[in-house]
Amino acid sequence: MDATTDSCAISVVGLVKSYGATLALRGVDLEVRRGEIFALLGPNGAGKTTCVEIMEGFRHRDAGDVRVLGVDPDRQPMALKARIGIVLQSTGVDRYLSVAETIAMYSSYYPHPRPVDEIVALVGLDAKRDERVLRLSGGQQRRLDVAIALAGDPDLLFLDEPTTGFDPSARREVWDVIKNLRNLGKTVLLTTHFMDEAQYLADRLAVIADGRIVAEGDPDTLAGRDRMTATVRFSLPDHVAPPEDVALEMVATNTFALATLDVTRDLHRLTSWALDHHVDLGDLRVDRPTLEDVYLELTAAVTTKVVR
Amino acid sequence: MTWLRMLATQLKYVNKAFWRNPASAFFTFAFPLMFLVVFTSLLGHHPITLQPGHTIDVSTYYVAAMAANAVISACYNYIAIGLAFQRDAGVLKRTRGTPIPGGVYIAGRLVHALFVSVILVVITAAYGRFFYHASLPTGTPLVEFLIMLLVGALAFCALGFAITCAIPNADAAPAVVNASMLPLLFLSGVFIPLTSTAPTWIIWVGRIFPVRHFALGMDAGFVGTTFNWMDVVVVAAWGLGALAVSLRFFSWEPKR
Repeated sequence: MDATTDSCAISVVGLVKSYGATLALRGVDLEVRRGEIFALLGPNGAGKTTCVEIMEGFRHRDAGDVRVLGVDPDRQPMALKARIGIVLQSTGVDRYLSVAETIAMYSSYYPHPRPVDEIVALVGLDAKRDERVLRLSGGQQRRLDVAIALAGDPDLLFLDEPTTGFDPSARREVWDVIKNLRNLGKTVLLTTHFMDEAQYLADRLAVIADGRIVAEGDPDTLAGRDRMTATVRFSLPDHVAPPEDVALEMVATNTFALATLDVTRDLHRLTSWALDHHVDLGDLRVDRPTLEDVYLELTAAVTTKVVR
Repeated sequence: MTWLRMLATQLKYVNKAFWRNPASAFFTFAFPLMFLVVFTSLLGHHPITLQPGHTIDVSTYYVAAMAANAVISACYNYIAIGLAFQRDAGVLKRTRGTPIPGGVYIAGRLVHALFVSVILVVITAAYGRFFYHASLPTGTPLVEFLIMLLVGALAFCALGFAITCAIPNADAAPAVVNASMLPLLFLSGVFIPLTSTAPTWIIWVGRIFPVRHFALGMDAGFVGTTFNWMDVVVVAAWGLGALAVSLRFFSWEPKR
């Protein structure tokens, strides 16, 4: 094992996969570092699940090189399975076993399992330890899914759309558990189509569209998001005229917006003016394009290209 | 050794889950025993000629027939319906993502089905002995009976695995399983004894499919008819065929 594979939990080069005549993946390159939470974003049918299932060893690739924890999933599936944990989009368990029994059963499949009670505590199911699975709520069942994926004390976890179909509080429950995994030093590969999920959880992310990676980076700086035009908004009290040397747009009564590429300078000018004139800038905020704005732009561009 | 240890652990959980699922326990246990009680009460106590010169009480016949039926339902029905549900719920796919060998997982279900079959046969035999003074096999017939029981249970488990390949989704599982097995149970003399007046095509259905051969093998132990090794061979052949189909077409992922 050389230095690159060692710092790299997953490395994918030129991955190609087709189903019959449909090309699902057309040359995907991807690198996930050890210890990070990496999110793979993309619209339905973009190739997210195919990509992940190849890494997990569920599917065989047509071409390209895939290394997961230094192992080729096609060549040594069993060696790999012992070191990864998988949470699939929709998976059941035997509903008549208890939480602890279920985790213990899956633990028995692994060479070096993590103690059951430790896992139960990690996912916050202590109070439900001896409850039958069929009595768990949706969020609790998902936490059990994560618990099962942790049974073998894996180095790497795959989470395929972990919160799809959940209400906000159940999503938050699951997010907290996933955040916790980073503290354990686990690497997490997460697929999702929720931008807030990627923003909240991911250290780095990649956007996949039409079988290709169209952008990769930090959630805050993806595709130059941090360098795009920002909007400064504020409101003024009645009968106060806005400064004249700034290109303001009135968006509502007494509410103004300023589009800027230099937030620091423009904000400074505005606040100096406000202090000089003893005026309160109500509801002052700076909006940057959200991850969702960037994502929609990226995936829309690909879709148009395809149509053309 | 690891293999055996894994199998033992797997078996423990399969068994635990089995007894905690009232519907599953009811259908595999109460159903065959209910049939035994109903048939023997309804049709019991008149003589029936199975082979020339071999006449027994029909209730004794049903003890053997219902033991066969119980094994078929504990193996074929239980495996096929259980696996179809597990496949659709994604349990099988999840298992596939762990390092447990597929063979160990499947063996866990299979050994449990054998275990349930044996309990059912014992209960059926005890019921027959107690209420109908049915004779129980001893000596060579006992060995022959046990061989038929083991081969039959394994073969019907294999057929259960194989039929899941034809089950489109879990909702359809009970229908497919019953539609494929119930007619055979009737045409093979399990529910209604076949006499020499039975139509030729029914005789041929019995000769081709494994149910009649299995039932005849089970009969031999209980009612003293001649044990025919050909019956074991036919049942085993069906089991091997089913195994081949399973190995080729069995899917761990939900069919959508």
